[in-house]
Amino acid sequence: MGNPDQPDDAKRDWAVTVEDGIAKSNEPVSSAVANPAATTRRHEPHEPPRETLPEKLYEARKSIHNKRIDGPFRRFKWFVMLVTLGIYYVTPWLRWDRGPYAPDQAVLVDLANRRFYMFGIEIWPHEFYFVAGLLIMAGIGLFVITSAVGRAWCGYACPQTVWTDLFQHIDRFVDGDRNARIRLENAPWTWGKVFRRGFKWSIYLAIGFVTGGAWILYFADAPTLFRDFFALEAAPVAYITVAVLTLTTVTLGGFMREQVCIYMCPWPRIQTAMMDEKSLLVTYKDWRGEPRGSVKKAAKNPGQFGDCIDCTQCVQVCPTGIDIREGPQIGCITCALCIDACDKVMKDIGRPRGLIDYATLEDCEREAAGEAPKPAWRALLRPRTMVYFTIWAGIGAALLFALGVRTHTEMTVAPDRNPPFMLMSDGSIRNSFTLKIRNMESRPRDMEIALEGLEGGVMWTDAISRGEAAATQTVTVAADQVRTIRAYVMAPRDAKTQDFAFTVTSVDEQRESDRVETRFDAPETP
Amino acid sequence: MANKRIDQPTGTETVGHEWDGIEELNTPLPRWWLWTFYLTIIFAIGYVIAYPAWPMIDRATAGMLGWSSRSALAEEMTAADRAQQSFREQLAAIDVVKLRDNPELMQRAVAGGAAAFKVNCSQCHGSGAAGSQTLGYPNLNDDDWLWGGDLAAIHYSIDRGIRQPDDNEERQSVMPSFDGAFDSAQLDAVTQHVLSLSGNADANALGAQIYADNCAACHGPAGQGDRAQGAPRLNDQIWLRGGTAAAIKRQILNPRMGAMPAWGERLDPVTVKMLTAYVYSLGGGEEAQPETSGEPATQPQAEAGNDGQP
Repeated sequence: MGNPDQPDDAKRDWAVTVEDGIAKSNEPVSSAVANPAATTRRHEPHEPPRETLPEKLYEARKSIHNKRIDGPFRRFKWFVMLVTLGIYYVTPWLRWDRGPYAPDQAVLVDLANRRFYMFGIEIWPHEFYFVAGLLIMAGIGLFVITSAVGRAWCGYACPQTVWTDLFQHIDRFVDGDRNARIRLENAPWTWGKVFRRGFKWSIYLAIGFVTGGAWILYFADAPTLFRDFFALEAAPVAYITVAVLTLTTVTLGGFMREQVCIYMCPWPRIQTAMMDEKSLLVTYKDWRGEPRGSVKKAAKNPGQFGDCIDCTQCVQVCPTGIDIREGPQIGCITCALCIDACDKVMKDIGRPRGLIDYATLEDCEREAAGEAPKPAWRALLRPRTMVYFTIWAGIGAALLFALGVRTHTEMTVAPDRNPPFMLMSDGSIRNSFTLKIRNMESRPRDMEIALEGLEGGVMWTDAISRGEAAATQTVTVAADQVRTIRAYVMAPRDAKTQDFAFTVTSVDEQRESDRVETRFDAPETP
Repeated sequence: MANKRIDQPTGTETVGHEWDGIEELNTPLPRWWLWTFYLTIIFAIGYVIAYPAWPMIDRATAGMLGWSSRSALAEEMTAADRAQQSFREQLAAIDVVKLRDNPELMQRAVAGGAAAFKVNCSQCHGSGAAGSQTLGYPNLNDDDWLWGGDLAAIHYSIDRGIRQPDDNEERQSVMPSFDGAFDSAQLDAVTQHVLSLSGNADANALGAQIYADNCAACHGPAGQGDRAQGAPRLNDQIWLRGGTAAAIKRQILNPRMGAMPAWGERLDPVTVKMLTAYVYSLGGGEEAQPETSGEPATQPQAEAGNDGQP
């Protein structure tokens, strides 16, 4: 794969592979080593006019074989990956004791019974605003993060990034590091290569399967579903979900990778609107790096070259295959692996670190003009991030407040309007109502229903016969259930149309209650 | 076509049109896009073969799979029936008076009865079962029953109907017309007496006498009615055909009696049971009466309407 035209200084360990990526292209290679980016750029003015139609109108995807690197940002990426994947895979297995009438899974989306359990919190369908609130918080949370530290979400915590990173480590584990992988990709299909590919893709599949498998555990009792799944007794939807998620995980994380970030994801387009010149970005400091020149050339011609020695390490380690030295671009997910790579090279050749670094655009201008850069924390504490954070925290506090004051006893009342009232044999007037009484506790409770503000009114229900009509009635509501009751309310014959209220009170030490105002209908002329 | 040429900067063929010096490049569609397009054509051909597609003169082509929206509906209906099968069997097996002992079955029967009521009964009794005083359809929500309000009595009324010619003497009572029997003063007096039974007018001796001679045999001496022959109770506040003096006079001179079809002949027994449960659940359902012959002494709330009695 070597190129006879290749200058000697490019043969250093970190540069030998530059030509591999472009060796197959028809472009002239002479300038490739000096500036690899230039050769990939099309329609250069100096390019000779083509006489024939090009073979391909659309550039094929270039395989990315990013090189292993170690450094503080890489270690942080490991840490985030460990935490996020750990949370994802372990959460369904956590138990939480809710008593005999409710599931004991800490986090459970119980679609069949329309309940959402999260540790001590239980969300009912009518309390969906909690979920909506959390989603809004997640959205504004992204505003906070993006305005402060740019695309940190993309670089570290986005599921696409985490799983892509995982798959890239699998590549490295099976096929070796960058050079070995490039060699293998260009090698003909021997049995050895078939075996290696098969082995790697089975690991992909296994990861995909575990990913899809963990997902379904959030929707049913994890140990039971786990057993049923392998006993082939689980619901078809479980197998379909796992199959779909296995395929999407393998496709998106194993094969599409950076294409998802660059072509499919809308987020890089959106967040451009949230960043400004005070947001932290991964930046190449061209005023310090340019013009590029090798260590040797720089030693011969002091003062004529910048710090960048064009070793392309920053390009080789990039998981999305971009050249950060071309400036901020959509493919950059700000994972900062290029910072780790560049810092390592700068240390090796004895130049100060930070040629590629997290910096704000404002800082870049300041630094280019020779002033000292501001510390990075200044990007975090500024009005814009503060406003976002205040909104975010405000919603959070409101949700917490709502969570704190919500009661576990609720009632809704629907008057029957067909007919609105009923004359009884003795002349009294009866209205009927449909009551829905919610017991949101994980135990059965007695509920006392009472009439308030209806002179001489008595009630009975479809469960209690008319002989036991009284101003208050007690009904039992099962654990975590809504009980629908038809209530008949009867008032003496001289009753007029008037407002009154139902109250419901739990018969326990808490005496939680709810009150619903409604109307009693009577004939206009008694 | 004008002469095509290769655009130098991009190396792409032009389509050969030019507008004010602007040319259009003949950029082909992406390969994947074309393949998707071809696949949709292949899919469409397969679809046309497999499913009904081409409209012919009187019907569309049938398609290889034999699918039709009617057969799909029939399948769904069969599936729904199958799902209801065990419930219907249970309901068919249970004696209607035992229905209340099985709350779950009762609840489902009420739901089924509500649907059947909308289809079969609401035309006369109204969608809310409130009946009509003008037309003389009884209100089924209240606590007044012409023929009895426990499950067995309601079931009998729905099953066999009221005043059906085929029925063997049951529920056939007819109120005779008193047109010509009374003069105007007597008619006023007996009307006043009927009103006084429920406390809506003052009692009068003449009316009481006429009532005792002509009406008490069916409607009872105190106007308590007789469920055995469907004679309406007169000493309560509920009037089948209106409680004004004019309405009462009309009923004395030219009485009208309602008839109800025997639904047991039109509907299956399970539906009749469901209707029974629904009507019972409307709020006027009574406990089963102990078997007593003759005087309906156990009328509930009987004392409530008696305050107008002499």
